[in-house]
Amino acid sequence: MTQPAISVRNVSKRFGETLVLRDINLEVPRGQVSCLIGPSGSGKSTLLRCMAFLEEATAGTIEIEGEALGVFEKDGKRRRQTPAELRRTRSKIGMVFQQFNLWPHMTALGNVSMALRRVRGLSRKAAEDRAMAQLVKVGLEERAGHYPSQLSGGQQQRVAIARALALDPTIMLFDEPTSALDPELTGEVLNVMRTLADEGMTMVVVTHEIGFAASVGNRVCFLDHGQLLFHDTPETVFAAPRHPRLEQFLDTYLDRGAQMLR
Amino acid sequence: MSFDFAVILAKGPAILAGLGVTVLIWIAGTLLGAVLGFLVATARRYGGRLADLVLSVPVEVLRGTPFLVQIFLLYFGGPYIGLRLDPVAAGLLGLTLYGAAYYAEIFRAGFQSVPPGHSEAAQCVGLTRFQTILHVQLPEMALLVLPPSMNMAVILLKETALLSLITVPEMTMTVQAIGSQQYAFVEALVVLALVYWALVEFANLLGRLAERRLSAYSA
Repeated sequence: MTQPAISVRNVSKRFGETLVLRDINLEVPRGQVSCLIGPSGSGKSTLLRCMAFLEEATAGTIEIEGEALGVFEKDGKRRRQTPAELRRTRSKIGMVFQQFNLWPHMTALGNVSMALRRVRGLSRKAAEDRAMAQLVKVGLEERAGHYPSQLSGGQQQRVAIARALALDPTIMLFDEPTSALDPELTGEVLNVMRTLADEGMTMVVVTHEIGFAASVGNRVCFLDHGQLLFHDTPETVFAAPRHPRLEQFLDTYLDRGAQMLR
Repeated sequence: MSFDFAVILAKGPAILAGLGVTVLIWIAGTLLGAVLGFLVATARRYGGRLADLVLSVPVEVLRGTPFLVQIFLLYFGGPYIGLRLDPVAAGLLGLTLYGAAYYAEIFRAGFQSVPPGHSEAAQCVGLTRFQTILHVQLPEMALLVLPPSMNMAVILLKETALLSLITVPEMTMTVQAIGSQQYAFVEALVVLALVYWALVEFANLLGRLAERRLSAYSA
């Protein structure tokens, strides 16, 4: 029996009075692309951020390849991991953000090579060689010396993907990776993601790109009001008869080129 | 009545010695104050609510009272609590603490200016909190904190004149003494003002150069 890449167990998250995640249970299988979809405020980004321990679940636990992430339960008590333990578990994960979050004072090459130097302890030369290989992979070797402010949004996001990949994660998390991009630039980012998926990378993608979810996703998880309403293969999820809430959600995408799903 | 600068300038070596003391105390106090202020800002941000609350008290007191009162308290009040400092030490300590309170606020604003996502990205690639501050937050806030930091440095330079009142042998005390020996008070004050102004302009020039260097990436 293969262990899931990520196990989400009874996770709830509360921001003050608001319950953003309600008792989520989910197993993310290895080597597959799982897409989290749902309306704004449904909690999908929060769930993804919990998977990187950027948010701490109020209740429940998350395991990455069988190892506790951030908190663990011992003798019925919740305990925090030490920063070093957290970093160790988190090293399996690469994270890509909606706003790219590149460091503006470093070139593309600097962004990608930084952790190789500071975390992995590689020499500048070795780190930059590996970083360059990642930039080649996302098609940006010619932009290596450019600062983020000199790159388009799509290029910035590809640098951000290269930065995450440089540390050889086994799981890649994408938080609305194309939402800050205009449609023309969306394609180049989705292409890079598609290549990654073809290589068998375990991916969790929060997205509004229903087309991407349908064509690249192996699993589609639909969240609404903090609840995981269902998750299944895209064929099953998008096939009629659909869940009424999903039906309503998909209707809002009709004008955005999702007719192909009908 | 006519101005006679010659009698002041004849004391050139003594003035230079005073200038040396002023510059040393200024640079040491500014650097120490900036470092201490940065540590305070970091502790207030990442040390939990209690550290934030506790540290806010000295910051507010130091920003809310006159520098002159602070150095008088240090120098004349210190012995009451067993703190006996010579004038230079008291002056340097006073300047450092006063500067630190302001630098703490400058760096607090600096931390706030760095988008949280940039730190999150650093954590996700495995940087420690310390590495994130050193390699991401500090360089990112540099351009923003540089102008107020230079401004503060200039203010601190001018505040060093008050150290003459606790008998620190810095430039103001030296030049005033020369002025009264030579009966040339106004000339002494004019020379004093010009030297301070020249120093301030020099500091501003350095600041502008640093700013230009740092802004290279923000195309």
